[in-house]
Amino acid sequence: MNATGTAEMVRFDSALLANAGARVESSITLPLHTDEHVVGVRKVVREHALDLKLSLVEQTKLVTAASELARNTIKYGGGGMVLAQMLDSGMRRGLRLVFADDGPGIADIAQALRDGFTSGGGLGLGLGGAKRLVDEFDIDSRSGEGTAVAIVKWKK
Amino acid sequence: MERIPILRIGDLLLVSIQVDMHDRLAMTLQDDLTERIVRDRAKGVLIDISSLDLVDSFIGRMISNTAAMARVLDAQTVLVGMQPAVAITLVELGLTLPGVKTALNVEKGMVMLGQR
Repeated sequence: MNATGTAEMVRFDSALLANAGARVESSITLPLHTDEHVVGVRKVVREHALDLKLSLVEQTKLVTAASELARNTIKYGGGGMVLAQMLDSGMRRGLRLVFADDGPGIADIAQALRDGFTSGGGLGLGLGGAKRLVDEFDIDSRSGEGTAVAIVKWKK
Repeated sequence: MERIPILRIGDLLLVSIQVDMHDRLAMTLQDDLTERIVRDRAKGVLIDISSLDLVDSFIGRMISNTAAMARVLDAQTVLVGMQPAVAITLVELGLTLPGVKTALNVEKGMVMLGQR
């Protein structure tokens, strides 16, 4: 991971994460540059999901969403990192993932979220699909600066 | 180079995916399968994903594409053993694998391919 990416994420953090209001129990970052990193993210997210005691279906949804977003970070953002945070709101626990890159940014976020839209020859299900699989979804993208996508899954 | 083994049973090919595939590995499998269909003159392909706890859009697309390529090469593909949680997630993701035949397990898949 590079220094620019870290700076980007700190800035994006304040925009995306201020409203969650939950205590952060633990926090780790993982690099996202290669295919193997995507597999690594899936493994770490699965471990967190088990720790949260999510049902098998909810685990699978969360890991799948993470896989889609990790791939987007590499494919469209030119690589970056993911921040994984275990949250405790007092009422419930959850996992927050923030995928950040300093790539070209997304010109039209609404368009990018629509099923079937792709700029990379994929199925165009990644972003909108990932959104459906989690409880909270937030995206911040600035042209020429980068993109950050934050998701949260709560243990219900 | 890391590869997923492809077994031949009569005129069928059987692939059992037992590892969490990264994208390159999935593409290699797609290439290997199409090559083996031609080389072994296979009439059917069984893809067993009972060990997979995740099928995302990339792996789903690989499966759809493999089935389409097999069809052009005169072979039928049956996807077998999908875990319920994976099925639920795939549909929610928006991926319904059109054109891919499915069966609950390898045995039922073989019966399906034998009856074509």
